[in-house]
Amino acid sequence: MGPVLTLLPGMSETHDPESAAWLASLTAGGYEQDDATRRLHELLLRAARFELSRRRGSLDGAVDLDQLAADAAHDALMKVLAKLDTFRGESRFTTWVYKFALLEAATKVRRRTWRAREVALDADAWTRMPGLDADPAARAETRELIAAVRRGIEEALTPHQRLVLVSTTLEGVPIDVLAERLSSTRGAMYKTLHDARRKLRARLAAQGFELDPDHKEAA
Amino acid sequence: MTSSHDRRDLLGRVLGPAGPELGCDECFEHLDRYVEAELAGNDPDAAVPGMSAHLEGCPACHEEHDSLVALLHSQ
Repeated sequence: MGPVLTLLPGMSETHDPESAAWLASLTAGGYEQDDATRRLHELLLRAARFELSRRRGSLDGAVDLDQLAADAAHDALMKVLAKLDTFRGESRFTTWVYKFALLEAATKVRRRTWRAREVALDADAWTRMPGLDADPAARAETRELIAAVRRGIEEALTPHQRLVLVSTTLEGVPIDVLAERLSSTRGAMYKTLHDARRKLRARLAAQGFELDPDHKEAA
Repeated sequence: MTSSHDRRDLLGRVLGPAGPELGCDECFEHLDRYVEAELAGNDPDAAVPGMSAHLEGCPACHEEHDSLVALLHSQ
């Protein structure tokens, strides 16, 4: 006998039958729920392994990929179960759960990759970065723009904004790695980066630089 | 010597996308819907406004978007 489909809190009538069956089984209690949880874990493990296979080139050979996949799948399972009542059926249930496994696996890979690498948590590190140096080969307007960006970074940003902007965009530090080093969250880091970029863009626009002719600048 | 392409790329990374964009948390919240719209041939930005700008500005979210597309393609 198949699962009894009842509308649970947060479950809409728009759920496709497969997604509705997943939700019903995962909240059924008893053996049915245990079996659905086991199947969900298998799904998450497959997604985590898929992600790790895509990224294994960035990991050193000593990393135990099976363990990393198991850890990612476990963490994803906990998050999926905790957020089950937020699934609104706007995608298939399997697509919705895959993103949790991919996020966990990708985050673990980025953190492993950067574990042994130094992150210069120094708001002035940008002065030592290549790329924003005065390059005589660049066209005059590009040189002016780069010089204005440098001044903007130096004069318009707070030390924290400067640190986040420089680490993520010039040093290539992944945003979740930086968040971990600064005991913050990825969302908060991106908000800081976004604010810094807006501040720079507004300043450059006020100085007469046309950055994106096809776009109207956000307020 | 830095090439003009490298300089444009660098300025693009520093200045980020031009238009309004989602944050990382909103991106994660809507990623499944966005990718399904994309794979169905619908306009994903109509489904989730501000998502493509965020994917342009956030390499980590961009990677996760590409992974979800690849995983769904592989099935």
